[in-house]
Parts: sequence; C-alpha cells; structure tokens
Amino acid sequence: MDKEQRKHEVPMAKQDVLERIHNFYEVALGYTEEQAVAEAERCLQCPKPSCIQGCPVEIDIPAFIKEIKDGNFLAASAKLKEKNSLPAICGRVCPQENQCQKFCVLGKMGDPISIGRLERFASDYEQLKGVTVPPKQESSVKGRVAIVGSGPAGLTAAADLAKLGYEVVMFESLHSTGGVLMYGIPEFRMPKKIVQAEVDYIKKLGVEVKTNYTIGKIFTINELFASGFDAIFVGSGAGLPRFMRIPGENFGGVYSANEFLIRVNLMKAYLFPEYDTPIRIGKKVAVIGGGNVAMDSARSALRLGAEEVYIVYRRSKQELPARAEEAENAEEEGIIFRFLTNPVKFLGDESGWVKEIECIKMELGEPDASGRRRPLPIEGSEFIMDVDTAVIAIGQTPNPLIQRTTEGLETTKWGTIVVQEETGETTKKGVYAGGDVVSGAATVISAMGAGKRAARSIHKYLMSKNGA
Amino acid sequence: MYEIVAKREVAPNIYLIELAAEDVAKKSQPGQFVILRLDDKGERIPLTIAGVDLEKGTVAAAVHSVGRTTKKLAKMNAGDSIMDLSGPLGNPAEIGKFGRVLLVGGGVWCAPLYYVAQALREKGNEVATVAAGRTKNDLIFEKELKEVSNEFYVATDDGSKGYQGLSFLKDVLKTQKFDHSIAMGPVVMLQTVTEITKPYSLKTMVTLASIMVDGTGMCGSCRVTVAGETKFACMDGPEFDGHQVDFEQLIKRQRIYLPEERMASMIHEKLGGVKRG
Repeated sequence: MDKEQRKHEVPMAKQDVLERIHNFYEVALGYTEEQAVAEAERCLQCPKPSCIQGCPVEIDIPAFIKEIKDGNFLAASAKLKEKNSLPAICGRVCPQENQCQKFCVLGKMGDPISIGRLERFASDYEQLKGVTVPPKQESSVKGRVAIVGSGPAGLTAAADLAKLGYEVVMFESLHSTGGVLMYGIPEFRMPKKIVQAEVDYIKKLGVEVKTNYTIGKIFTINELFASGFDAIFVGSGAGLPRFMRIPGENFGGVYSANEFLIRVNLMKAYLFPEYDTPIRIGKKVAVIGGGNVAMDSARSALRLGAEEVYIVYRRSKQELPARAEEAENAEEEGIIFRFLTNPVKFLGDESGWVKEIECIKMELGEPDASGRRRPLPIEGSEFIMDVDTAVIAIGQTPNPLIQRTTEGLETTKWGTIVVQEETGETTKKGVYAGGDVVSGAATVISAMGAGKRAARSIHKYLMSKNGA
Repeated sequence: MYEIVAKREVAPNIYLIELAAEDVAKKSQPGQFVILRLDDKGERIPLTIAGVDLEKGTVAAAVHSVGRTTKKLAKMNAGDSIMDLSGPLGNPAEIGKFGRVLLVGGGVWCAPLYYVAQALREKGNEVATVAAGRTKNDLIFEKELKEVSNEFYVATDDGSKGYQGLSFLKDVLKTQKFDHSIAMGPVVMLQTVTEITKPYSLKTMVTLASIMVDGTGMCGSCRVTVAGETKFACMDGPEFDGHQVDFEQLIKRQRIYLPEERMASMIHEKLGGVKRG
C-alpha cells in the first residue's frame, strides 16, 4: 500500500438523502467485505498501540483489525466480544472521533483508521452468519446478582457477570429490553433488530430477563436482597425529561424529546395506525436543544412528514454538543439551524395547541463553569416563530424511584447516585451503580465502561464475601 | 404473558377483568395503577387497580370499552393472555383516619373507588358514597359500594336513576360535615365535584388519569398544572388536591389525540385494518 492510499479512509456508503428523509431505515449502510479489508489494511499494527487507551471497554483494537485484514471476520468478532458484549451497538453510536480514533497515529498524517466502522462490520457479519455463544464454563463462583435496568450499563454488567459464572437476573421497567437503545435512539441510527440480537446474545449467556418490573415500585432494593440476591447493580439511566419552565409549556404539541422519541421508537408511532400509539407532527417543527437527542428528534420529525424542521439552540455551531457526524447528517437532510436563539414562551390556539414560540436572540459572553461561553439574551431582540409542534431536548435527569426508596444510598443534588469512580461502589453495601444514573446523561460507551468496572468489583466483592 | 383469569360484564360495555400477576398483586394499594399492553403492536394504557386477590395472585381492573385498546380487551376472554402488565405504578391514595369521608365515583371508576372505600373503612372512617354515571347503564358496583358505605347515593346526568346530576351534593354539604373527600371519575366530573366542595373548604383529592405512555416519569405526557406547578400524574400523583388542579388545561390535554383515535377506530373497525404491501 502506498503512502497516499494509507492517508485516506475508505468511505462508508449512506442512504441517499432524498430517499432517507422519507423512511426510518438505517442511514449508514456499513462496509462491504472488500471495503472492510481495504480499510483494515491501512492499520499500521503499532507494536505499542495507542488506540486502546481511548477505548472505555479496553478492546484489543489492532488484533481485531488484523483478523479483518486476513479475512477472518468471525475471529474478528470473537476478539471484540472478549471485551465488548455489544459491538454492533458501539460500532454505530460510539463517538470514536473522541475515543480510539483520536489516538490513532494515522490521524496525524491523514485520516485515522475507521475503527467504529470496522467494529460494526465484524459484528454485523457475525449476526448475519449466526451468533456463536461461548460454552458455559464450569465455575466455582456462587452468587446471585440483580441488574436494575437493561440499557448499555446493565447489559454490559450482566454479560460480564454471567461469563464469570454468576446467576444474573436483569430487571427492566419497560416492556422491551435495551433501555435508551430501544426508546431513545431512532431506528435510522440504531436498528432495533440489531439491539435485540445483542440482547439475545446476553440471554444466551444465561442472563434471565424480567421486563415490566419497575424496581423501586414492585420491589425495593432491600426486598431484592431479602429475596436472595447477593449484590445489585443499578443502571437505571437518566430517564426523566427536563423542561424549560417557561409559559405555555403544557400546550398540546409541546413534547419532551423523551415522549416524542418513546412514541416514535419504542411504540412505533411512525407506523400508526397499524401500531396503536399515535403522534401528531404538523408542518413546522421546532426542536429545542443541540445534543444528539435534539438531532434524533429533528430527523425523526422530518421522516414523519414535517415540511420545515428547526433546531433552536442558544449557543453557536461551535458549541453544539451533538456528534459532528449527526449534526452534518441533520444539515444534509435539510434541518434548519437557528443558532444563538432561545425560546421565551409558547403561545397556543383556542383548543390549547401550540402555534407560536416567542424566542430571543442570544450572544456569547464570558466562559461559564462548563468552559463554554455563556449565552446571554440580547434585549429587545424577541421574535415569533410559527410552529405546529415543539420538542424540548435540553437534557434528562435520573429517575428518582430507586434513590427515594433506598435508605443509605447517597445521592447528589442533581439526583445522581454517588459512587467510587473506579469500582462503582455506592454508599450502600452490596449495591453498585453506573451509567447515566451516576454521570447524568452521557454516552452509551461510557455507561458500558461503568458497567464493566462495576461487574469487576462485584466479582471481587462476592469472592471475598464467599471467603475465596 | 399475563393471563386473564376472570372477566365479567358489570354494565353494558363495562368489564371487570382479573389478571394473573402475583408480584404486582402483592404490592398493589388503593389508588395505584397498572399499565398494560395487549400485543406487540399495542399501545400502553393505564388502568387504576380495582382490587387484588392475594391467594389467586391476581389484580383486578375495570374497563370501559370506548377506545381502540379497551375495545380489543373487551373482546378477550378468561384464559386469553395479554402481552404486558406493569405495576403497581403511581402513589397510593392517602388512606388516613380522617373521620367522615365523602366519596364520589363516576362510571367505570366506581370499581377502583370500592377498593379505596374498603381501605378507608378498615382504617375506621365513616364513608358516604355517591355512585354516578351518565345514564343508569353506566352505573357499576352499586351493591358493593352500598355495602361498604354508611350512606349511599346514586346520581345520573340524565336522571334515569337517582339524583339528576351532582348538584344535590350542595344540599348534603349544607347539612353534613365531612373531613375529607375523594373523587375518581372522568375529568369533567372531577372538576364539577371540586367546584361543589370548594365553598365548604372540604379537601377533595382527585385521581387523574391523564394521557400516559411509560407511566414511570419518562415521557411527561401526563403533566398537569397543580398549584401553578407542572406535576407528572404518574410520579407525583395520580392523586392530587382537586382544588389546586388546572382542569381547563387538563381537559384540553386529554383531547390531544382525539382525531387520531377516531381515525384509528374507523380504519380498524370499518375498513378491516391496515394493509401493507
């Protein structure tokens, strides 16, 4: 391979923009075998690879890439699964540009290796060929572990503990497993079939799944201990929507991003009336916020038939918290960005449906606690936007059910659970926590990393408890 | 899957169903609700719990078959199963030792109100109950409520049985003193009851069944303004002080999906469902 070839990544095909804005099929189409091998060939196979330090779940990246290069796709997938039980998911939604790929030495002279795309390729290949489950190992460990929440953190902890030989029961409040992967991230970015295949893999490892169990209601944490669990991992996520607390927020047509996305993704309202859950969109939709959830909501609204979809964000393009790729996809699809703009109030019609948003222009002042420049309203710059639907995507906070019903479980003023960063230990003995319920809304992969660390410390705790 | 263990028609188009869900039954208390989903294309609907049978491990709920899901449920029979049942959700109704309690139930809601009435009596309260309905055909649980109550009234909007409308309560309140009141029923009825009790400063708790999706605080669809603050019926309620509830807003929010509901019933009932090529 010559130097010039080595510099440039193999691009991944996307669904044509004019087509994809009318359907919910996946936008990114993935590599073909030839493309995957060509991209894998670019890898320098560094003797001291720096990419691994950027991976929260410690995948042996050069090793799995080498397997792809040699055409051993199933071996590549097995290599991934040594450390990561959800590679098809990570390959799609990890912000690789800030993780493994940021450390790739090729990035210094051109494009870094597309590690995420290769991860996705290998795991999709395995799903296509039929997933192999490692044989159940005879183990000496004994113990029952309850996992609360079946999102990325819970799935990872459950898989790691099941592989170690523990009896694992995973409780999920909703009717389907996967947490935010099912209710939050849309089909066009994270196909539900892929999520369910990964969940099936975890069930095959021996994890028992109980859906429709809202812990904190049907059982408290203490009741779980009393029923025979030796340790508990809480990965209940950040499922509570944040509202703006401005007038008119309770008009019809004003959705939290959570409600909007739950209706669309989990309940499949985009297939109404074949499916029973409705959603109403109208022609003009404004999504408030600038993160991935805002991009997902805006792009979903477009696919549901909205004519004009706006992202209303109070800072400027540079501060957008969404992944660059998602913001680009949104822009490409025709989403209109209104930067430095903040809603002041919602106005409704007589039937109580939203019809306008009064907004104010903003400017950036001095940096705030987050290090980003603080947005300040420009006096007298108020203006009106006509809308039929507004979606508020300004963040989520943890669900307080478990915190409220568990004595001795310390929480912060934001409602997140206090843990030891390295172990996931909470202030209550035998209870571990990780993911968004600890960090506040963050990424899938950081939740998985937390699940992995907690599984490791639960193992240690149970070994010492059993006197091993 | 959750089996329908028993089903009986308690009034035209109103059914009492008992579902096998042992863990849910053990934890259920009056005023809480369950969310159910019939099949993999179904919506999630909340139903207030109308009682439990701990020996059989069942949870009971009353269903008025008016919407897409409740009509489908009405066609199911004992022995059939539904796909999902989640609960108990929401907070229990406050069952204190109040003294004299006025209860008002509307239509299908008389079933969960009976569960509340039993608990109130067990606590040593005296209970006066109104069973209300649009017509006499909407009245259910009259016998049960009468048995559990110290005083019992019947009222219908059209006067087909008992008092016509709820205004007779004004006279009752003029002559009798109550320490607490609980109303369960359609939102418009709840509003009427709170308007009647307000001049007497009779604390009136109302159970709100606003539109819900998950029922665990995630979607915010059920939000309602109480004392000027936005609350979630699923997490902060469903029981609220009726004199603090913004009923005008709630009634508008209840109507959000009426056009879609009408369209869905038309497509499913008149045209025989959705066909996809």
